[in-house]
Amino acid sequence: MPDPYLDIRELRTLLDGGQCSASELVEAHFARIEHINPRLGCYLRLHEQAARDAAADADARIAQGERSPLLGIPIAHKDIFCTKGELTTCGSKILEHWRAPYDATIVERLAQAGVVVLGKSNMDEFAMGSSNENSAYGPVANPWDESRVPGGSSGGSAAAVAAGLAAAATATDTGGSIRQPASLCGVTGIRPTYGRVSRFGMIAFASSLDQAGVIARSAYDVALMLRAMAGFDTRDSTSNERGVEDLDDLIANDGALSSANLRIGLPREYMDALKSAGYAATLDAARCELESLGMRFEDVSLPSTFAAIPAYYVLACSEASSNLSRFDGVRYGHRGEDAESLEEVYRSSRSEGFGAEVKRRILTGTYCLSYGYYDAYYKKAMRVRRVIRDEFARAFESVDVLLTPSTPGIAFKRGELAGDHIAMYQQDCFTTPAALAGQPCLSMPCGFDGGLPLGAQLIGPHFSDARLLGVAHAFQQATDHHRQRPAL
Amino acid sequence: MKTHWETVIGLEVHVQLNTASKLFSGAATEFGASPNRQACGIDLGLPGVLPVLNADALKKALRFGIAIDAEIPEYSTFDRKNYLYPDLPKGYQTSQFEHPVVGTGRIVVETEEGTSLPVRITRAHLEEDAGKSIHDAYPGLTALDFNRSGMPLLEIVTEPDMRSPAQAAACFRHIHRLVTHLRICDGNLSQGSMRCDANISLRPAGQDTLGERAELKNINSFRFLEQALEYEVGRQRRLLESGETVKRETRQFDHVSGTTKAMRGKELSDDYRYFPCPDLLPVHVDAHLLAEVRRDMPELPDAKAERLMREHEVSADDAARLTSDPDMVDWLDAALQAMSDDAPDGLGQALSKLLLGQVRASLNRTQIDMASCPVTPTQGAMLALRNLDGTLSSAGLRDLFRVIWDAGDASLNVDALIEEQGLAQVRDTSALAELVQSVIDANPKQVEQYRQGQTRLLGFFVGQVMRASKGSADPKQVSEMLREVLGE
Repeated sequence: MPDPYLDIRELRTLLDGGQCSASELVEAHFARIEHINPRLGCYLRLHEQAARDAAADADARIAQGERSPLLGIPIAHKDIFCTKGELTTCGSKILEHWRAPYDATIVERLAQAGVVVLGKSNMDEFAMGSSNENSAYGPVANPWDESRVPGGSSGGSAAAVAAGLAAAATATDTGGSIRQPASLCGVTGIRPTYGRVSRFGMIAFASSLDQAGVIARSAYDVALMLRAMAGFDTRDSTSNERGVEDLDDLIANDGALSSANLRIGLPREYMDALKSAGYAATLDAARCELESLGMRFEDVSLPSTFAAIPAYYVLACSEASSNLSRFDGVRYGHRGEDAESLEEVYRSSRSEGFGAEVKRRILTGTYCLSYGYYDAYYKKAMRVRRVIRDEFARAFESVDVLLTPSTPGIAFKRGELAGDHIAMYQQDCFTTPAALAGQPCLSMPCGFDGGLPLGAQLIGPHFSDARLLGVAHAFQQATDHHRQRPAL
Repeated sequence: MKTHWETVIGLEVHVQLNTASKLFSGAATEFGASPNRQACGIDLGLPGVLPVLNADALKKALRFGIAIDAEIPEYSTFDRKNYLYPDLPKGYQTSQFEHPVVGTGRIVVETEEGTSLPVRITRAHLEEDAGKSIHDAYPGLTALDFNRSGMPLLEIVTEPDMRSPAQAAACFRHIHRLVTHLRICDGNLSQGSMRCDANISLRPAGQDTLGERAELKNINSFRFLEQALEYEVGRQRRLLESGETVKRETRQFDHVSGTTKAMRGKELSDDYRYFPCPDLLPVHVDAHLLAEVRRDMPELPDAKAERLMREHEVSADDAARLTSDPDMVDWLDAALQAMSDDAPDGLGQALSKLLLGQVRASLNRTQIDMASCPVTPTQGAMLALRNLDGTLSSAGLRDLFRVIWDAGDASLNVDALIEEQGLAQVRDTSALAELVQSVIDANPKQVEQYRQGQTRLLGFFVGQVMRASKGSADPKQVSEMLREVLGE
């Protein structure tokens, strides 16, 4: 069995060199998943037959001399993405038996790139959560410490990559759902510029914030995956028409940036808010490393950073209250039994189908949009959003990239924040500002605290995704934090 | 002193745009498909789907805006109107609330009394239609048909500028004529292509502020609109005169009893929690797009009527009646076009008589639209031409028209038919003289009476000659000859 922690480029060498077939790779992954997944809960479902078929197809194509970066690479899809003919639950009871009749755009694109989909990964229900404790199908454990959370909402994707159960996994980020679990699980995850990756077929939580991305073992692997996923999609009106030449260039350059003399900003507000001394020391070490690679640092200020959390929760909940109205028990999904009236159909279907956090956010959002409250909440939050966007724009006049912590600290214990919603929402304090502004941002492993991984966040101007990946790649060439493995 | 009440009416006209596909999806829009065969995942509100604006619907809305000389904002936006109902798949209707595609404009309505009534248009906006709930198909169950879900509607809102039910009906008619001429709506009221809501209130004459209003919903006929409003005027006047108040409510017209009844209370106005739809970007209407819409602008009905009067000496009344159906004017234009080389004076007039006479009667008799008129413009033009040049009597024209209508064969040639059926008028004076003489010989008693002064008997002789000629004689010529012979 090949090493389950090989990255995509290493797997490519094995596959193209004939040392290992895609089929063997799939079997090895299934064996490891069978062994480890019961403890971690990363996968909700495996697509065993489809994966074997895809692997056989990849093997045939490789044998015929086809060379393609992702051909035969085993990945997982977050269960928020529609996969044709397969269950797509979004971590919710309300979609327990729902089979999507179509593929999400990114599912389609990755299939065209030749990936092998092992199965669907666990997540917080409707991507609402920062600990993966809100999944209707059970929590996910952090591979570094099974008593701790992997983060959320893409907890299954991050943990699967960290545990060697997939080479990469798709993920989504509304307020931090890629970067926070990537940070807590010691893997690399990007939230691309809003509009860079199609949202078609990705079940909506908060449309103006939802962004599909990817989690993998290295920045270079992330670039390979993102290259296949990104680009304009006529089926998503908010997708951007810009091409993917920047990612092509990065990949063609072997991950190397064309310019090493980047100016990196350290936002004062983020650093001041970081309470963990260990984390601060780790970030400082990362900064020294980047300096030694030729990057220059300077302090910047983003004064409205901490208005982001309330604004984010108002906007995300408002949009969610509307987006989740379609789950009414009428056409598909869970329907409450024995309902005597229309209102009872709604009440029982939604009461039984949705979990507590989803209900909390629907209620919050409905309230924020209500007559008489709209201006005080939604409109004000939109103003905050504009201010935050403007502050980022101003910061990027003087620096090329921002370096910040990804999370307040290491992974917390399962149940530790249960009941303390505000503390839970504070998990996103470093990730929501960039989400509100639509900036590209990533989290990369930058060290450990008490044996648990920590991430550094890079934030860039709109459409600087390749630059962020280039910085992360340079950092990973010089360090081995991303090469560390949990003891499983 | 008895109060004189002034009636104040404003309309909201829902115009179904005749686009090939729906407002936000590629599903077909044809009328009459079996239930749920024209509803795709987007129309059904499946998880993960996204809307994409139909460019044709936008252009058609703009065409209306240009026609009423409206302000066209550079940007318009879509909003979500949130409410739960089983035939509303997403739990919200995508509409335009704050920034409609068409701003303020103006139309001038010709009233029945022949005066011109300016009516201000508040706005016109694009929105999607809901599906249909069918309560009487299965006992105890409600059936849902989503074919109508996502159909593109242009909602045209007027200011309360009408002062009588007749004026309101004239306004509805005017808008019907306008949108059908603009070719943005098929105008088929019975198939629901246009529906109208009317807001009506009464106030003491001379008072500036409006009285409390009732809203009459979903009226799909000009006559019903007038009837419903007449009823409302009486109802509201009775309430006010007995010292009661008019309740703000939505009322439904029952055309069987000719009365209106309350649907649901609107004392607490529904809270639709409008907010900007995050799945759709603002619509940008630039000079290029406007120029394109202007270029494709069809001739407006008033201009058409004016042209018919000026160029073809059609009377004002006939011009107004002809332009109530754009297909009639098109048919007339095509007929004149076909005869362009040898169109005699009066052909336009003759054709308009034919259209408003036989064509319209036949359309009514066979219940078909002008668009599918079985007599081609060329055939119509030839019929009118042969009548004008005396070849075909009016009776012959009528018979031959019926023959061609029933055959529905575009290849039938009018001259060949005249020849074949011997319908050419007997213009040969000697042959006619023989007929005249034989009639005189056969009726000596009537001849005697005529010569004694009972000249009314001329009609009797003309009738006899016409019958003898099997209708092929020219009655004018016959009566001249009779007068000559009898006067001897």
